[in-house]
Amino acid sequence: MLRRSRAGTALAGQPPAPAGGRGARRLLVPGVLYLGVFFVLPVGTLLATSLYAPVPGGELGQYTPALRWQNYPEALGAFWPQLVRSFAFAGAATVVALVVGYPMAYVIAVRARGRRTLQGLLVVLVVAPFFTSFILRTIAWKQILADGGAVVGALRWLHVLPPDGRVSATSAAVVVGLTYSFLPFMVLPLFAALERLDPRLLEAGADLYAAPATTFRRVTLPLSMPGVVAGTLLTFIPAVGDYVNSSLLGNSTTTVMIGQVVDARFFRLLDYPTAAVLSVVLMVTILVLVTAYVRRAGTEDLV
Amino acid sequence: MSSGRRELPGDPRVRELVRQARGVSRRRFLAGAAGTAGAGALLAACGTAGSTRAEDGGGGAGGPLRWANWTQYLDQDESGTSFPTLAAFEERSGIAVDYAEDVEDNDSFYGKVSRQLENGQDIGYDVVTLTDWMTARWIRQEYAAELDRSRIPNADNILPNLAAVDFDDGRRFSLTWQSGFAGIAWDTQAIPDGLRSVSDLWDPQYKGRVEVLSEMRDTIGLIMLENGTDPAGDWSTDDWFDALDVVQRHLDDGQIRQVRGNSYVQDLASGDAVACIAWSGDITSLNYEYDGRFAFAIPDAGGTLWSDNLMVPRASPRRAQAEELFDYYYDPQVAAEVAAWVNYITPVQGAQEAMASIDPELAEDPMIFPTEEILSQVRVFRTLTPAEEERYNGQFLTAIGA
Repeated sequence: MLRRSRAGTALAGQPPAPAGGRGARRLLVPGVLYLGVFFVLPVGTLLATSLYAPVPGGELGQYTPALRWQNYPEALGAFWPQLVRSFAFAGAATVVALVVGYPMAYVIAVRARGRRTLQGLLVVLVVAPFFTSFILRTIAWKQILADGGAVVGALRWLHVLPPDGRVSATSAAVVVGLTYSFLPFMVLPLFAALERLDPRLLEAGADLYAAPATTFRRVTLPLSMPGVVAGTLLTFIPAVGDYVNSSLLGNSTTTVMIGQVVDARFFRLLDYPTAAVLSVVLMVTILVLVTAYVRRAGTEDLV
Repeated sequence: MSSGRRELPGDPRVRELVRQARGVSRRRFLAGAAGTAGAGALLAACGTAGSTRAEDGGGGAGGPLRWANWTQYLDQDESGTSFPTLAAFEERSGIAVDYAEDVEDNDSFYGKVSRQLENGQDIGYDVVTLTDWMTARWIRQEYAAELDRSRIPNADNILPNLAAVDFDDGRRFSLTWQSGFAGIAWDTQAIPDGLRSVSDLWDPQYKGRVEVLSEMRDTIGLIMLENGTDPAGDWSTDDWFDALDVVQRHLDDGQIRQVRGNSYVQDLASGDAVACIAWSGDITSLNYEYDGRFAFAIPDAGGTLWSDNLMVPRASPRRAQAEELFDYYYDPQVAAEVAAWVNYITPVQGAQEAMASIDPELAEDPMIFPTEEILSQVRVFRTLTPAEEERYNGQFLTAIGA
């Protein structure tokens, strides 16, 4: 109720949208066409494929249009662990990315404020990994985390890992890889939100005898919420469906994510219905989770 | 304001300017619309673009011969920018060849072109290079063009054990490009005494440092051989599942670190894996880089032999040129030049003699020119029916977590 009325006032406070003429509508044509061809059509095909039935005695990959609803329970029964794991890994990676990325964004946006060169340099450092291929960077992590590498050596020396312990081909490696891959997507929206932070508000907090932690909790964090919401969404959503990290850095049993299953079913087994079912379920689950999250976090602050 | 245009200004000169400006913008808009329509037509034609091209090339010698092959599967010059034997072919025959390393693995290549094949359209390649079981699928579905063997006289040089295969009796649709073994490989620094059998991989001291191939026929094939079953013969479902149980058990107890495609090579190099099921040519190449640190062997119980085959898609307009290319590569001299670079088994008889003049040491390499004894130790996984393929591949993928 409260939320709705807040949204209502926000709407009422906005200037009225200019009435669009036919020209404006014409400008929408490319966008609508694009969405129709590259979004609505594929999603429709995907939904239809998820209900296909195999041709009896047919060749591999031959399916016929049908309404075979049992595709859903069958696929979910077989692959629910991978589905749950994908959300768990993506959630863990998002939390780690937030914890690592927030201080980074804060330093760039607030501490380096006014020093244009330094700020620019730091932003470039965050974005720099994009200049090389995603796959190559993940393969590089394989080498960093290799059994004979420095990371594992140090962890063994510190007795964090037993002498025959390893990092690569474990869940930890996959979460580390996911975190690394999507960290820039966390840092950049946070940076954009924190850049607008008015330092006088922090001073005001101090003047009112708030401890730094309280000021952070009551002032900085709420003001950066749009960045937090955008950053977590931009990290979480692609991470759930990612399969590069889990196939390169994971093992074949306890780290398999749903993207790997979809890839294998689709390309190796030509089991299109199962792959489609899993894609649909993934999409719907993400949609539901994200909607719930955005409603809770408050969309009106996002603009 | 929202509907209709604003009245033109009163001043005639300004009025004229506005009119001109509008005219220009309208023409531009029309040009833009034509562009959009063109793009739409292009999109609509996407599915059939291939067939148009097929008609274009119907004249025959028109375009270049398009060959899809795997990476590192044709001799290259020092700089890695050109292919000497292919350049010689182009010069000799006058046929331009568009060589593309576009086959990353059998399944995803098939996924890319199967729709066009089904509709009888040109897939954009005139020659493809695919593994036995995929070749079998193509031939079974009549996707491969029948070759005119009278135009490929050199094809008679094919090794006798490759001349008769269960999926292509008499080699009417396909010709072997290269073959290789699947066996066991190990890091000689970690395992100086070496390995002899697949069971040696399950030694607890290598726990978590063993890898097997994601290619079902090689991993399961080797384990079946170890279990005393011939993967080329008439094995039963139980035999197959017994082999899968071995994989499952060692995945669950952590003996197997990962199930890998080509990337097991990187894990051997980094030391993450010390022993694995591997492909012969990979280990030869790896040893060039790492001074012979790795060893490869056919297990005592036997190994598997696989081949990649050249085929011409049925809708290709350039079958005649493709046949000329096949004939050229079945010349022993040319085959030896290719084998000296790719390090796989050449299917061409007489290449060994030709190799003696190129590199006498390689002519004695049993991984390129296997002896009768080695050939007697390896088996070709029998061709599966579509139903078997779906079942066994599905079970294998489920076991390896996908």
